[in-house]
Amino acid sequence: MTPPEPRRRRAPVFLERQSYRRRRLMDAARVLPFLGLLLWLVPLLWPQGQEGGVRSSSAIVYLFGVWAFLVLGSAVLVYALGRREEAETGE
Amino acid sequence: MSKHVLLIEDEPNIIEAISFILSREGLKVETHSDGTTANARLRGARPDLVILDVMLPGKSGYDILRDLRAEAGLADLPVLMLTARGQTRDREMAERAGVSAFMTKPFSNSEMLDTVRALMDGALNGDA
Amino acid sequence: MTMLNTLVAVCLAYAVFLFAVAFAAERVALRGQVRWLRSPAVYTLSLSIYCTAWTFYGAVGSAVRTGFEYLTIYLGPSLVLVGWWWILRKLVRIGRSQRITSVADLISSRYGKSNLLAVGVTILAVVGTTPYIALQLQSVTLSFEVFSAEDLAPGEEKGHTALWVAAGLALFTVIFGTRNLDANERHNGVVMAIAVEAVVKLAALLAVGVFVVWGLGGGLSATLARIDASALGRWEIDGGRWAGLMLLSAAAFLCLPRIFQVLVVENDHETHLRTASWAFPLYLGLMSLFVVPIAVIGLDLMPAGSNPDLFVLTLPLSQGQDGLAVLSFLGGFSSATSMVIVAAIALSTMVSNHVVMPLWLRLAEPGAKVSGDVRSVVLLARRLSIIGVVMLGYLYYRLSGGGEALATIGLVSFVGMAQVLPAMLGGIFWRGASKLGAFTGLTLGFGCWGYTLFLPSFGAGVFLPEPWVTGGPFGLGWLRPQALFGIEGLDPLLHAFFWSMTLNTGGFILASLASFPQPLERLQGAQFVNVFEHSPSPRSWTGGVAQTEDLMIMAQRILGARDAQALFEREARRQGARGPLPEPTPDFLEMLERELAGSVGAATAHAMVGQIVGGMSVSVEDLMAVADETAQMMEYSARLEAQSQELARTAGQLREVNAKLTRLSVQKDAFLSQISHELRTPMTSIRAFSEILRDTDGLSAGQQTKYASIIHDEAIRLTRLLDDLLDLSVLENGQVNLNLREGVLAHVLDRAAAAAAADDAGARLLIRRDPVAERVRLHTDLDRLSQVFINLIANARKYCDAAQPRLDIRVTPGVPLIIDFIDNGSGISPEAQDMIFEKFSRVSDQKAGGAGLGLAICRQIVTRLGGEIAYLPGQGGAAFRVVLPADLALAAQ
Repeated sequence: MTPPEPRRRRAPVFLERQSYRRRRLMDAARVLPFLGLLLWLVPLLWPQGQEGGVRSSSAIVYLFGVWAFLVLGSAVLVYALGRREEAETGE
Repeated sequence: MSKHVLLIEDEPNIIEAISFILSREGLKVETHSDGTTANARLRGARPDLVILDVMLPGKSGYDILRDLRAEAGLADLPVLMLTARGQTRDREMAERAGVSAFMTKPFSNSEMLDTVRALMDGALNGDA
Repeated sequence: MTMLNTLVAVCLAYAVFLFAVAFAAERVALRGQVRWLRSPAVYTLSLSIYCTAWTFYGAVGSAVRTGFEYLTIYLGPSLVLVGWWWILRKLVRIGRSQRITSVADLISSRYGKSNLLAVGVTILAVVGTTPYIALQLQSVTLSFEVFSAEDLAPGEEKGHTALWVAAGLALFTVIFGTRNLDANERHNGVVMAIAVEAVVKLAALLAVGVFVVWGLGGGLSATLARIDASALGRWEIDGGRWAGLMLLSAAAFLCLPRIFQVLVVENDHETHLRTASWAFPLYLGLMSLFVVPIAVIGLDLMPAGSNPDLFVLTLPLSQGQDGLAVLSFLGGFSSATSMVIVAAIALSTMVSNHVVMPLWLRLAEPGAKVSGDVRSVVLLARRLSIIGVVMLGYLYYRLSGGGEALATIGLVSFVGMAQVLPAMLGGIFWRGASKLGAFTGLTLGFGCWGYTLFLPSFGAGVFLPEPWVTGGPFGLGWLRPQALFGIEGLDPLLHAFFWSMTLNTGGFILASLASFPQPLERLQGAQFVNVFEHSPSPRSWTGGVAQTEDLMIMAQRILGARDAQALFEREARRQGARGPLPEPTPDFLEMLERELAGSVGAATAHAMVGQIVGGMSVSVEDLMAVADETAQMMEYSARLEAQSQELARTAGQLREVNAKLTRLSVQKDAFLSQISHELRTPMTSIRAFSEILRDTDGLSAGQQTKYASIIHDEAIRLTRLLDDLLDLSVLENGQVNLNLREGVLAHVLDRAAAAAAADDAGARLLIRRDPVAERVRLHTDLDRLSQVFINLIANARKYCDAAQPRLDIRVTPGVPLIIDFIDNGSGISPEAQDMIFEKFSRVSDQKAGGAGLGLAICRQIVTRLGGEIAYLPGQGGAAFRVVLPADLALAAQ
């Protein structure tokens, strides 16, 4: 289930620097959810049980830390993408 | 016996002029001004010569000539054609239709008389 | 009692406040100031209807029972939003370009606008959502009971609370949810109210959390320490459920009707999605942040056996924080109500569009397409559906008796709605997905879900006989609902999720591979999958017999008269049509269908347009477009096509120019030939007679005079011809100088009549005129105009073949001024009428002295004067009409 990459058919082989940066930002936006999923699946590997299990406080810090990272990452990417697009259409 | 000329023409003044010139030479001139009935007239008494205008009301001179040539007994009738258009194309069309002689308006009277005489003597079969 | 009364008052005040917010938002929207109503923030907040009362209250309960598992319900949707680029972006774009009204509409539209699929998804949605609504009603009732515990005997107030809440919600939803018919025209009031509620519930939960952590727990680190020391102190999860529920909640987030409603249907701008991509995960994170602390402190402080599902409420209450408790109550109330409102709107749209409207269309016989008021039918259907959906939820709540059975229904419902996912994702990413595939997948998934999860959730013996659950139906052990194919020991939820999705996806893929989709499906498929690259929409109508008027009438009934007329007028203007009605071109039909789809759904709109248009044909070009499977090929062939079109266009232009040149050349030859003839004919007479006069002796005096006068007449004819030719050439080349003067029409006509009579003294022509009407002042070139009149009068004199020739000159004063010349002759034959204004055209065979330029000159003159001249058929004799423009004919004095 890979979506067709937009504008693939007209894409030249080499892009200008601006477009190139934007493409990589899009790539990052695509990768981010998988990174999030991976990080949130990490607790599956943690030791469990009342004895020797990971402490809940650490779990909270980790899980919400990943959460904050995703929120920040997503916000930064969206902001950067918006600025790129503005710059490109503004020219 | 005087020769008989059939003049097919629609301009009254030109009819008058040609009639005058030919009758002065002792020819008998009969005039007919309508293209559509000209062939019917020709099938009657055979004239010695036909003078035919190209631009006629009803039917063009070329058509009359073609029909005339197609009829038995009229194929060798001398026909002098008159045209006021005077382009080479008109001459060609007249020749294809089987004209005996071709004259462009306006013409000089003597030229007209010479041609008529030549045609009736059978000395001329083609160009004027 | 006082506490309860206060609570009821607060509740009512809050409800009034929400009504006011919704009403104000609608008012603001009416004034066109939707900008701030439709900000990314409002969009993000409206997504929060994902967090229902089940999560508001239930998350803490879930944390108490299963530790961190509650988080998965928030993690899944967070990932979906962070990954907006993959799915949501496409979904929103498709929703907007295809004017999708609901999940059912999306599936139906994608798979060839099949109503069967729409009905299937609608049923699934109703079955899946009704218990969920019941759950909300239960939570509101429970939270009321918390406050009323000391005032009333348990159960006394219960039914009434739920009923009142249900009725109030139905009322609110009917008022603000069915204001406008077009589901794509956003429900500004509802969305605004929901955004406000989103803020309230977040604020409430954060307030309780802050109070718990800093007020009761003794600060951050102390609270963390207490957590570690509690029963929840160590990481303990069921790995399968951790991953499975994350997946499930992500899937459900995409498929839940209410989420789809705010996410796609109510989406105002694609960029809002970008903001939501980080803001909504943030919202979810905040909503879940204090759940574990509340659970832990609650376990510490609350008496054993108290319901952890209500800790959010009971914890502040037990600490004497009545204000905080009320805020918390409002938070829960908001969560419940916003969910019910949006779910009711989403479901009512589906039910009315996919069940009521098709039925109505079928029952209302062929003539109904124009005879009934569809608009009111749809609105009524919506309202009844809303009431029906909410009341169904209430009934479910009453019949199920609430309690534990209901608490588990949240995830059960999630699994049910997730059955739409394969058809949805397959539909937007895989062009090969077919209607049969979607139908097979949905049926298998729905059936499997019902059998393995939904029906057993009521407990053994309620819907499924006891022996079936334990031993399998008819003793077939491998068909036991909670251990399909003999795989035992799985968590029932995961078991059902796994098997239903596996069967669903498998059936979907296999049936899609095996079937061949219909043209409309393939077109829609291409549209959906390539939504970012494609032309705006598929072609599905090859018009022809459509009656635009019928379409107009139908569109008025659905869109409302004003909108429909505006739509048709816009299209008519675009097409360059003269009247208000456009041609029923395929493009227009398609556009109209999409507009209608915004009100009644794709399948119904398609059926309605089809009813009027008659054929549901897909043209050969459309099929060709589909046949080009790869975008590259399409691009390549499009380029080739463009080139060959360009070549064809150029060749066509060359052919045209050539034809024009040939025509011009032929015209020129004919013209020269004509001029030659007209010049040579008089010259022949002149030459012949002048030679006769010169060469012949003895002409009588009479003959001399006659021949001389012939020469004279012909010379005059020649001169006149040359004059006419020069005149015409000057007029045609536009070099003529108009000598504009003022005068009276009567005088011009007088002069013309006199001149025409002098020209040809012999003929007698009676001219009848109208002296009163002729008293019109003119400002024009009077000489030129008189030349026209002379020509017309002279023509009548020459050609009128009546025994007593008569010419009527009729003047119609006014703007423009009309002058008719009508004689009583036999007129001009229709074939000749076209030709009379051409150069050298003569009507009759008889010689009348003219060269055939008169009318050509007349036309040139009148055109130069800015007027028109034409032959007027049907007047008995020959008739000519001269029309002079406004600025030439001064007002009659």
